Amino acid sequence: MSHTASQAQPGETIVVVGHGMVGQRFLEELVDRGVTERAAVVVLAEEVRPAYDRVHLTSWFSGTSAEELSLTPDGFMARHGIELCLGDPAESIDRAARTVTTRSGRVVGYDTLVLATGSYPFVPPVPGADADGCFVYRTIEDLEAISAAARSARTGVVVGGGLLGLEAAGALRGLDLDTHVVEFNSRLMAIQVDEGGGSALRRTVEEMGLTVHTGVGAQEITVDGSGAVEAMALSDGSSVATDLVVFSAGVRPRDQLAREAGLTIGQRGGIAVDDRCRTSDPRVFAIGECALASDGMVYGLVAPGYEMAATAADAVAGRDGGATFTGADTSTKLKLLGVDVASFGDAHGRADGCLDVVYADSRAGVYKKLVVGRDGTLLGGVLVGDADSYGLLRPLTGSVPPAAPEQLVLPAGLAPAAALGPASLPDAAVVCNCHNVTKGAVRAAVTEQGCGSVAAVKSCTKAGTGCGSCVKVLGHLVDAELEANGVSVDRGLCGCFAHTRQELFEIVASLRITSYQALLDGHGRPAARGGDGCEVCKPTVGSILASLAPSIGADGHVLAGEQAALQDTNDHFLANLQRNGSYSIVPRVPGGEISPEKLIVIGEVARDFNLYTKITGGQRIDMFGASVDQLPAIWARLVEAGFESGHAYGKALRTVKSCVGSTWCRYGVQDSVRMAIDLELRYRGLRAPHKLKSAVSGCARECAEAMGKDFGVIATAGGWNLYVGGNGGATPRHADLLAQDLSDAELVRLIDRFLMFYIRTADRLERTSVWLERIGGGLDHVRDVVVDDTLGICDELEAQMATHVANYRDEWAQTLSDPEKLARFVSFVNAPGTPDPSVRFVQEREQHKPDLTVLAGPTLPVRTLEGSTPR
Amino acid sequence: MTVTTLSPRPTDTATGTAVEIAVEGRWLPVCALAALTPGRGVAVLLPDGRQAAVFLDRRGDVHAVDNRDPFTGAFVLSRGLLGSTGNDGRPFVASPLLKQRFDLTDGSCLDAPDDPARALPTYPVRLR
Ligand code: SRM
Ligand SMILES: Cc1cc2nc3c(=O)[nH]c(=O)nc-3n(C[C@H](O)[C@H](O)[C@H](O)COP(=O)(O)OP(=O)(O)OC[C@H]3O[C@@H](n4cnc5c(N)ncnc54)[C@H](O)[C@@H]3O)c2cc1C
Ligand code: SF4
Ligand code: FES
Repeated sequence: MSHTASQAQPGETIVVVGHGMVGQRFLEELVDRGVTERAAVVVLAEEVRPAYDRVHLTSWFSGTSAEELSLTPDGFMARHGIELCLGDPAESIDRAARTVTTRSGRVVGYDTLVLATGSYPFVPPVPGADADGCFVYRTIEDLEAISAAARSARTGVVVGGGLLGLEAAGALRGLDLDTHVVEFNSRLMAIQVDEGGGSALRRTVEEMGLTVHTGVGAQEITVDGSGAVEAMALSDGSSVATDLVVFSAGVRPRDQLAREAGLTIGQRGGIAVDDRCRTSDPRVFAIGECALASDGMVYGLVAPGYEMAATAADAVAGRDGGATFTGADTSTKLKLLGVDVASFGDAHGRADGCLDVVYADSRAGVYKKLVVGRDGTLLGGVLVGDADSYGLLRPLTGSVPPAAPEQLVLPAGLAPAAALGPASLPDAAVVCNCHNVTKGAVRAAVTEQGCGSVAAVKSCTKAGTGCGSCVKVLGHLVDAELEANGVSVDRGLCGCFAHTRQELFEIVASLRITSYQALLDGHGRPAARGGDGCEVCKPTVGSILASLAPSIGADGHVLAGEQAALQDTNDHFLANLQRNGSYSIVPRVPGGEISPEKLIVIGEVARDFNLYTKITGGQRIDMFGASVDQLPAIWARLVEAGFESGHAYGKALRTVKSCVGSTWCRYGVQDSVRMAIDLELRYRGLRAPHKLKSAVSGCARECAEAMGKDFGVIATAGGWNLYVGGNGGATPRHADLLAQDLSDAELVRLIDRFLMFYIRTADRLERTSVWLERIGGGLDHVRDVVVDDTLGICDELEAQMATHVANYRDEWAQTLSDPEKLARFVSFVNAPGTPDPSVRFVQEREQHKPDLTVLAGPTLPVRTLEGSTPR
Repeated sequence: MTVTTLSPRPTDTATGTAVEIAVEGRWLPVCALAALTPGRGVAVLLPDGRQAAVFLDRRGDVHAVDNRDPFTGAFVLSRGLLGSTGNDGRPFVASPLLKQRFDLTDGSCLDAPDDPARALPTYPVRLR
């Protein structure tokens, strides 16, 4: 081993300036090489908290805490004897004396010095740029300040339409601000995308409600009497009134400290380093965003910084022939905003003689361009609006892809099934860019290190733990490798069943199994047979039995016999559990149409039982705050007045919303209320893998929002259009048109088939929207099956639905007439008639709400009950 | 709170078996065994105002733990679903609110096994 001036010797001191993403990675690399065991390491940090994940900074706005963003494992410094000095930045370096002086006056001697000072946000020299209400976007403290200011603001302007600017704009939009983006270039994300991609991106961004100004600069920021931002004047003479300005116009390397110490600095900034990350002084290294790499580039991305950290650590550890850093890939994918934008490789087609293959659909906001060499080598590309193939195309860069480039850009439906899957990648292809993990390394993790899941591969290789854009491809690779090794991939429902929900459905239907225990004992995993099952498979099987009840000869009531023990608590009490243990009640109001008499009954019941009332988002009325023992008495009153269960508690048909339609509305072309009521009465009580929602609009103005429903109906002059797979909620999706101009009978027949096909083939807790995207062939396949009957199962689907309709009974009316079922509705088995003392209320806005102080537990974690993941 | 008389459900005449749980050194009769549904629970009001959740599993074993969900503070565990773990067949209840699992034999939370604050007090049970 040869000695160099910078090689760490026992008893020597390594000083690291800057504890950001790259600084922390450098420390980890030192630990890996055993350097911390022989040398003292001191870290001088300007920020007040240990290194955190700046790449995911924006997720702080959506609730990720500073602790969750931290990159510094608990006890890391103590374990490795590293001294971390927070909030005390280095102010000067004396290279002759080999010391660093900090702001507090402390002088630290070094044998090796590593600068990892990162960048600072560039603020253009605009008059007023230092006013109250002007911010940058780099640290957690910046975000805290922006979020505080946003509380009293209505409008925000982001200066800079690059990757970071758009991320900041998305964050302001998320804070409910009217958001403007001002970009000096003629297009958004000018560095990454070309003209065509820029305009597709702009259209999509504008559709999200952001106002985009391109080709103009910020000229002046004017302030009001108190010195707060009032407006921004733009270079085209226009002006935007605003309360808040965020500068995101690029970053500049923080090279001041190095410059003052006489180290070589690049002409346009950046601490010049060689391919082992050494500066002009061999005892001093520079890594991350502050460094000017030997290829003349300053990299503003984390992956190259991580590579530099490993390179410098090799040099410091004295490894001969260690890593060198000569340049990096700058592929990027926009994380936020919900716009798919990705660019990779030679996106602008700068190579000699290269060719473009472009697909553009301005209507859909999709633009895809691949740059290929004369010999067919993929050199790079830009994807806007649909970046699904990014995870595969990026690793293929530099090779000749297994399919023609035009097939790679066409949308899924138009392309002949391209032979492009993770299997086609060479082993050397880098699958995870952030951590430089190749396909070969992923396969080795599975085959040699025994990783049996994506999670295991993640912790073993770090792949997928950066920006996350490779996780999908990673999943395919891990599954393919496991299967190649003869390990069957476990797609089972839970620890009790190795079957999927769809397989269980077929087993129950064909063997006419009506008991959960029989199903578990006969078809469960060997270890689970004879056991109690679990909270995942019990409700799933309960739902399958309920969907099929009449056709397999099971009791149709969810509380009948053994079925009662399978239901989640909502179904178990035929009401929705609330956070304090009380329940809510939603009677069915078909189509949202209700007579004054019935409205009065609801009012009287709510008044007599002292229930909080609220109009729901589903065109009906919810009454909250009933205790278990009140439910039968409340329902006795409701049933007597002609109400039925609204199944708000079940994975079942919820509501069919309607607009007023042709009866009243001057635009209506069909009677949407009648149709909504007919549909709601037809499918009421139908249990499904997830809840089902529907709506009927009387004309194309769509006041009932049918396109946001699992099945939505819109009137046309000639009949009805049927849309399927719509969703509101967390991941909204517009429904797809399944068939047009249907008569009443055709419409109903098609919905019968569609719903039964969904119930038969969907996974547990999979809404129609997700199901439609998941099943092979998508909408076209569903249309083949339910419209053209290519599988020949439509008669069966219709017959199953007919049996359901014929056998429907109101669950609550049946429960009230069955003493055995009613016996369940007590708070205490040893004190029937005593209400639960923990269910108490306090007054608010003339009604009451749960008194949560009674529960005096830790605060409620926010997580949806229904959406919890299977295990 | 009004004063309530705690009375067990009438003992099942066919089997005559009653469920009792030990509270502060005394056996408290809570209900007839026949009043329990396998795979589900019932809530029991204790003399000092606390609440217990009593479950019957498929093998016929009865378990009693505290009814308060330590994650939310709500008194709802008796309304959770019963299960048994795949590896060692330990019976558990899943909270109906946020689905954490609790071992019915020792009250420990299977999602936070090392956190005593998330464990449930348990009560000895006997059948007579
Ligand atoms: C009461 C109501 C809010 C209100 O006051 O308006 C409501 C309340 C609940 N919603 Fe909702 N949703 C209500 C309308 C909606 C709507 C609007 C609509 O239906 O037009 C949506 C968006 C449309 C959609 O579903 O696509 C909606 C999307 C959700 C979601 C997200 C679903 C998704 O696919 O992303 C959940 C969570 C879930 O189901 O997993 C949810 C879950 C819930 C639960 C069941 C959460 C829970 O597990 O406790 C709430 C229980 C209510 C209760 O205890 O009574 N609720 N929920 C609305 C009842 C409508 C009704 O009359 O039945
Ligand atoms: C909102 C946002 C989103 C991003 N998204 C992505 C992305 O998707 N993909 C990607 O690859 N990159 C992204 N980046 C860039 C990425 O965060 C940086 O490349 C990375 O943080 C660089 O690491 P670093 O250690 O070089 O610099 P930093 O993480 O900035 O760390 C430098 C540290 O040094 C400290 N320091 C500076 N001077 C001194 C001194 N004199 N004394 C002591 N301490 C000092 C600074 O306070 C700072 O804590 C994003 C950045 C932001 C702000
Ligand atoms: S959807 Fe058409 S018919 Fe229905 S209320 Fe709106 S405008 Fe009128
Ligand atoms: S590419 Fe970013 S995590 Fe893998």
